[in-house]
Amino acid sequence: MIALLIRDLRLAMRAGGGFGLGLAFFLIVVTLVPFGVGPQSDLLARIASGILWLGALLSCLLSLDRILALDWEDGSLDLLATAPLPMEAIVTIKALAHWLTTGLPLVLAAPVFGLLLSLPAPGYMPLVVSLLLGTPALSVIGTFGAALTVGLKRGGLLLSLLVLPLYVPILIFGAEMARRGVDGLDYTTPLLMLAGITCGTIALLPFASAAVLKVNLR
Amino acid sequence: MGLNVSNLTIARGGVRVLEGVSFTLDPGHAIVLRGPNGIGKTTLLRTVAGLQPPVSGRVETDPDSIVYAGHSDGIKATLSVAENLQFWAQVFGETDIETAIAAFQLERLVTRPAGGLSAGQKRRLGLARLLVTGRPVWILDEPTVSLDAEAVAMFAEAVRAHLRRGGSALIATHIELGLPEAYVLEVGPYRAVAAEVDDFDEAFL
Repeated sequence: MIALLIRDLRLAMRAGGGFGLGLAFFLIVVTLVPFGVGPQSDLLARIASGILWLGALLSCLLSLDRILALDWEDGSLDLLATAPLPMEAIVTIKALAHWLTTGLPLVLAAPVFGLLLSLPAPGYMPLVVSLLLGTPALSVIGTFGAALTVGLKRGGLLLSLLVLPLYVPILIFGAEMARRGVDGLDYTTPLLMLAGITCGTIALLPFASAAVLKVNLR
Repeated sequence: MGLNVSNLTIARGGVRVLEGVSFTLDPGHAIVLRGPNGIGKTTLLRTVAGLQPPVSGRVETDPDSIVYAGHSDGIKATLSVAENLQFWAQVFGETDIETAIAAFQLERLVTRPAGGLSAGQKRRLGLARLLVTGRPVWILDEPTVSLDAEAVAMFAEAVRAHLRRGGSALIATHIELGLPEAYVLEVGPYRAVAAEVDDFDEAFL
């Protein structure tokens, strides 16, 4: 399992691995928003938390079809399926590798990007915590979507359509938590909801992903 | 550890392709599957490897004894030859990759990115993967595609060495491998009478 994780991380870092893809997209969204809405910093401050969450979510979406499609194309997935690793472990590791290469950099970059949107000072901590809690669920749900569409050529559109509705609750609670942080309100409730959603998806979805992947490999 | 297939019926895309296939593969032996394109050799191999369920019949084997090699080699272009082999060795809980490198004469290529190899060299790397897994039952789907005569002989020697160690191999191929001791199984006679799978849902799975 560790070998698979190391291989996936190494592949992401090498040329064409797509490591910086999500981060670059996030940066583009964040830098373009002030041009789009105008330079009023009070307006930016109000929408900053929502924009940051939306940007992180879309950046995550961008790299989902790489999670399994590349391994499917070169035959590695067939070979992994006959390897001594259980399929549940394979999809969990794949989701973890995706989070480490996409979600975690977004979390770490969010405070810097918050500056670009003049995010108010009390908002930084809740924003980072909400992203830290929410992005693992994005990766796990995304892996499920990737497993569903793995046999399809250019399944990216279908994947987005399948995954986006499942992302909505995470976006709602994540952005709500960050927004309440900005306003100086108590954000315990959205924090607990977000943590609950993430724990639930991590506990259950690998089994679903493994099941659909087995069907897709036939 | 052997492989016992009894009265197996298999389907591809909801259509039965082969019916009533039975054979036994004992340690130290090899079976070569032959038959025209589209007869169901790949489907048979995938079923035996456990990648898809049979329509009926049984495959009796220890799933932990099998290693499958399909049309694609599962090679990552940006990893070097050694890194590719190391990865598969670790997945199968092994450490030795030198034997495999030597068996397929990949010594001069170990540090090269696999993406820069020729088709034949990639295939040799894919076959070397079989050796690093340390598994006794090899299930190979057209292993000699894009290999030259010399590499085919290299492959035949690797299979022979594997059989001597008590391993076994099930190989689908169209060419003469130079393995006179292998039993040849013509799958043509098992061709299924064209009939849709009864279960409507199954056609979509």
